Amino acid sequence: MARTTVHIAALIAAGLALSWAANADELAPYEITGDGIPDSLTGSPGDAARGRALVLARTTTCILCHSGPFPETRFQGDLAPDLSGAGNRWTASQLRLRLVDAARFNPDTIMPSYYRNDGLVRVGRNFAGKPILSAAEIEDIVAFLAALRD
Amino acid sequence: MIVWRAIAAALLVITGPALLAGEIPPDARRSGYSFMGPDTRAMQDDDTSNPGMLFVLDGEALWGKKTGDAGKACADCHGDARGSMKGVAARYPAFDRQLGRPVTLDQRINLCRANQQQTTPLPYESRDLLALSAFVAHQSRGVPITAGDDPELKPFVQQGHDLFMQREGQLNLACTNCHDDNFDKRLAGAPITQAQPTGYPLYRLEWQTLGSIERRLRSCMSGVRAQAYDYGSPELVALELYLMSRARGLPMETPAVRP
Repeated sequence: MARTTVHIAALIAAGLALSWAANADELAPYEITGDGIPDSLTGSPGDAARGRALVLARTTTCILCHSGPFPETRFQGDLAPDLSGAGNRWTASQLRLRLVDAARFNPDTIMPSYYRNDGLVRVGRNFAGKPILSAAEIEDIVAFLAALRD
Repeated sequence: MIVWRAIAAALLVITGPALLAGEIPPDARRSGYSFMGPDTRAMQDDDTSNPGMLFVLDGEALWGKKTGDAGKACADCHGDARGSMKGVAARYPAFDRQLGRPVTLDQRINLCRANQQQTTPLPYESRDLLALSAFVAHQSRGVPITAGDDPELKPFVQQGHDLFMQREGQLNLACTNCHDDNFDKRLAGAPITQAQPTGYPLYRLEWQTLGSIERRLRSCMSGVRAQAYDYGSPELVALELYLMSRARGLPMETPAVRP
């Protein structure tokens, strides 16, 4: 009887583990060259106009910490550098890696790694196994930032 | 010998408890009040416009109301709260020797209800529990915070400190990343405070009601997309205790008003 209970518990645990694995989004593989990721995560270029809208959407979290040339909103942060002229300072390749995994350059940074889904603690149920941004969203934002010149 | 003891005691008083790594030194500690605009400050300062005072009045009525199988009111044991409860909230969460762990003011009220009044606990964030907590804590308004001084609390303060330093959630941020390292900067246009829990339970304009520090901690956890700890969990109690010990010396403000 006790053994049956243990078996059932093990089956339930295995089932849960499987369903979690199924929920976890597969991240697109990427290759780091130098201090960047030269190739698009989706294989195609992003859309800068969609990227601008994404940067301004609070759900992507960019604007919570960064400010930029966005006269339409006063709800901007000053915890992180102003995004104005980002395209003068960084290449698309460098921007892509900074969005994907900024902690690679500074483990103490407060900038989250936007394309990562492991090694995190107590992630909320709705977000478990998912990166903060999808590969397509990252490409759109990279396209916008790379074109953001003074 | 006595002289040396007196000097040692005086030194202890001057230096106070040792700071944990990265902590804000006593003279740099600032209540959330100092980060607010003049309108919100004025609302807190005037008892006739502070919405938290309505809860304090409700709490005063509950304090004198007999309840439970024992038919006892808080006042039947504790008398006039103006005297008996003065300074109490400034020492909470406090170590409970029977339970062997710290309890919050909310938990103390519910322990009294179970053991003395012989009635059911009030749910977390219920109006009655917030009102009683606000009424009790209001008696400490102006009293400097000394929570966490009891040596028995040391491991629990440490636990709270460790949780404060722990990055978590999908955004992978720790409390310390904002509230030790970046206070006074702006998150989406709003000032980041030092997270000094001087005025709980407090009236938050965003909530349109009074709320506990546990509600506030849970909302920060949701903000970094972490799974929030349950109300009354050892983790939230440890965090509250650590935050109170980190606010040592700041005066209580209950009921505070915050944006």
